[in-house]
Amino acid sequence: MNTVEVKGLVKTFDGHVRARRGRSDQVRALDGVDLAAEPGEYLVLLGPSGCGKTTLLRTIAGLEQPTEGEVLIGGNVVNGLPPRVRQIAMVFQSYALYPHKTVRDNIVFPLRAEGMAREEREKKATWAAELLEIEPLLRRKPRQLSGGERQRVALARALVRDPAVFLLDEPLSNLDAKMRATARDELKRFQERVGTTTIYVTHDQAEAMGLGDRIAVLEHGRVRQVGTPQEVYDDPSDTFVATFIGSPPMNLVKRDGVLVGFRPEHLLPVENVVTEPRLTMPFQVERMEYLSGDRHVYGTITGIGAQTRVIARLPATVATPLEAGETHAFAVPSERLRFFDAESGNRTAPVPIADAAIGDAPPGDAP
Amino acid sequence: MTTDVVALRRKYARRHVAARCGVYGAAILAALVCALPFLWSVVSAFKQNQDLYNPESNPFFFNKPATPDHVTFLFTDTPFLTFVVNTLIVGAAVVLVTLVLALPAAYSLARLDRPWGTPMGIAIFMVYLVPPSLLFLSLTRVVVALHLEDSLWSMIVVYPTITIPVSVWLLIGFLKAVPKDVEEQAMVDGYSRLGAFLRIVLPLVFPGIVAVVVFSFTLTSSEFVYALAFVSASPEMVVSTGVPTQLVRGDVFFWQSLQASTVITAVPIAFLFNLFLDRFVTGFTMGAVKT
Amino acid sequence: MTHARSGPKPAVATAEGRRVKAGLADRDGFLAWVMLLPSVVYIVALVGIPFLLAIAFAFSDVTTGDPSFDFVGFRNFDEIFADGVFWRALRNTLVFTLVSMVLIVLFGKILANILVADFRGKWFVRFLVLLPWTTPVALSTISWLWFLDSIYSPVDWVLRHLGLIDANIVWLGQPGTAMGSVIAVQTWRLTPLAAVIVMAGLVAIPRDIDEAARIDGAGFWRRMFEVTVPLTLPVIAVAGLFGAIMTFTDMTVPYVLTRGGPTHSTDVLASWAYFRGIEGGDVGQGAAIALFLFPLLLAGAIAILRTVRRWEAQ
Repeated sequence: MNTVEVKGLVKTFDGHVRARRGRSDQVRALDGVDLAAEPGEYLVLLGPSGCGKTTLLRTIAGLEQPTEGEVLIGGNVVNGLPPRVRQIAMVFQSYALYPHKTVRDNIVFPLRAEGMAREEREKKATWAAELLEIEPLLRRKPRQLSGGERQRVALARALVRDPAVFLLDEPLSNLDAKMRATARDELKRFQERVGTTTIYVTHDQAEAMGLGDRIAVLEHGRVRQVGTPQEVYDDPSDTFVATFIGSPPMNLVKRDGVLVGFRPEHLLPVENVVTEPRLTMPFQVERMEYLSGDRHVYGTITGIGAQTRVIARLPATVATPLEAGETHAFAVPSERLRFFDAESGNRTAPVPIADAAIGDAPPGDAP
Repeated sequence: MTTDVVALRRKYARRHVAARCGVYGAAILAALVCALPFLWSVVSAFKQNQDLYNPESNPFFFNKPATPDHVTFLFTDTPFLTFVVNTLIVGAAVVLVTLVLALPAAYSLARLDRPWGTPMGIAIFMVYLVPPSLLFLSLTRVVVALHLEDSLWSMIVVYPTITIPVSVWLLIGFLKAVPKDVEEQAMVDGYSRLGAFLRIVLPLVFPGIVAVVVFSFTLTSSEFVYALAFVSASPEMVVSTGVPTQLVRGDVFFWQSLQASTVITAVPIAFLFNLFLDRFVTGFTMGAVKT
Repeated sequence: MTHARSGPKPAVATAEGRRVKAGLADRDGFLAWVMLLPSVVYIVALVGIPFLLAIAFAFSDVTTGDPSFDFVGFRNFDEIFADGVFWRALRNTLVFTLVSMVLIVLFGKILANILVADFRGKWFVRFLVLLPWTTPVALSTISWLWFLDSIYSPVDWVLRHLGLIDANIVWLGQPGTAMGSVIAVQTWRLTPLAAVIVMAGLVAIPRDIDEAARIDGAGFWRRMFEVTVPLTLPVIAVAGLFGAIMTFTDMTVPYVLTRGGPTHSTDVLASWAYFRGIEGGDVGQGAAIALFLFPLLLAGAIAILRTVRRWEAQ
């Protein structure tokens, strides 16, 4: 039995602004979403802003009612039930701490809603505070806390309810870059310790990759792919996922109705690609960036399809000297090539491609 | 170069001083224009008749020794204290009715997001445009029909029609400023919509409630037309109507006592209003920007 | 319901067990109505019905002496139109409202700028400035009656001692100065409210906009007219709206200060309706006169609110 499941979920909003002129102006925030989170799973909803991921989370929470489809929690259809009876806990992007209550009062607030006895309440709050190491803060008001401390308070408040599922809505986006790395690590350890099913919304692929057991990539209210971080990275189901995930994104080269895709880190100077078979192509270097040891090489490749600007990511271990302006033979292991339909963007069967002769490269000459 | 900068700095230092003088000058002038009449009122209230009724007497000073007689007269020989108490009773009751009705209404319009929310909000604001001078004739009939004439209840029942529209308007602004997240969090945390409103939203709009209390009370205490039309028996009058009827007898004005009553009424209300001015100001922006 | 600390419970039991409690308090649509209804009922009962009654009165021969209702068609309107005083009151109302509104907005804006400035003793200055607005209007107007007294007026005393006038001006005894006095008192008492409203707008201007303008080399007046005023226009319009409503519908100042005199030169629609309807006893005519307040008011208010909306849309 899945902890949380949604079936054929559709949510439309009326476009308020233009609704007066034309009737057909509905925004489909969710357009037929099927998704399930297994018990104890850490499921990340990833997508660009406006893709419907937050709407999906809010629909699961019961803050929005779906236009069509069903939400199941613990196997029960919970459509129409208010958030409070769904046995969920949610952490908002802003943390939504009650500004007029102390940290302790914030944490016990959900317990008071259940009518729990005072002693038990306090015991539970102390337990959660200990777990998240915020005991010294219990008497403070939210505005006296740092961003990271607020996050922990919000987590403690979510934790005390013993929810069936945690719903987290971009909980790291209000933290600065340094805090974010630490907080991410804390979040992961926290979830591993409590083992509660977690659904986590983010637009940051690094967070998604780092935290998720599985990632669901959303775009325009549809799920494009669900899979482990490795699956969505290595085997993207379409060009959207391929280019949305990965930084820099997957290179796509157009060739006879298909798109040939490969990750920048697989495009290396030919002498560094030992795996066979491999696909070789001339690469005209335009400029380079040094980013934490890696070299990001920007340039143009020809020969295997349309002339295309691509990026290669050379790890520090690759010492091949490269100069802007020169053309060098680069290669991709054939097993790393991914093929997409040029029309629909969906994955297609591999197409055999012959190596491009270096000599064919327009200006420039072989090394 | 150096001398230039020195000269410039001197110039701007002078300009700064001039600007400060300007600010203080303007502030003093504004205070004088607004409050000078009250200074006259205070001085007049303690003047002897021979001093007051002499066209050559300096209105700013006591030309004869000051006397508290006329102020004492106000308290001992007129029901002024009764008027004050009546004003307070009416004010408190009206504020209460206003809050009980306006808070849920404003919440409904600001948060529950019904399609009729905006038109309804505008409609309620428009009610504020229906003036007492248009309604007092027919409302007098209603008051008589309800047997409330010559009673404080007439005002307690009718005044909320003035205060509710403005209060709803102000409160919508305050409510929209409460982060939605916090309210939804309460709903996720196990409370119903109503529970979230009572436990989380109400404490957070406390500044707005204060603004509404102060504003409603000010409106109520200075209302004149309804008070004049509904109540003609002294013991049930409020300051606004009682003072004129008691201290203006035909052509005879008890000027010193009148001035005293003005000051005694005005100062506490202004004091209160000033205490909460900043909250009121914030509330107004929010209301004004999001009608 | 007991709560095990270890691990998540299946939501089944919980959801089932609590379904009962998921009552009306959760249904937004229901709540929206229930929360709004009391106010609506209250207003309909005490504004809507009297409003209709007022319209009915305008077409009746009800008087205080004879409260029985008889329909008389447009007779009341014919009579008030035939009476020159009505037209005079209408004109006075418009002059009174327009001039007061312009002055209230102008002084309110200036006052607001002073009140947001930083200076010592600000609290006390604000207190003094608020006095005219917080004083019950009937009382402050009576005070003005003394300040504009024909013999003992302190205003005249000051003017005489400054050498500006030789003899007392009988402020309330001549049509021109009487209207001027009524407008002055009204402006004096409503300017603080306008100032508070405009202050709200000034406070809401993001600081960095003003600072950017400073760095761009804009002086005080340029910032005032090219940054502050345009940004606060909606709020200034609201202040004007409040000033206009309170002036247009108010009869207290003319009623107390001049009783509409001399010879109706300061009668406004509201006071004329009161004199006819209550003191003259002709409820029908009073109601007919008062009815003229509403459409004019509505038109003005809609115009101002629409303008505000357009500004905000930009």
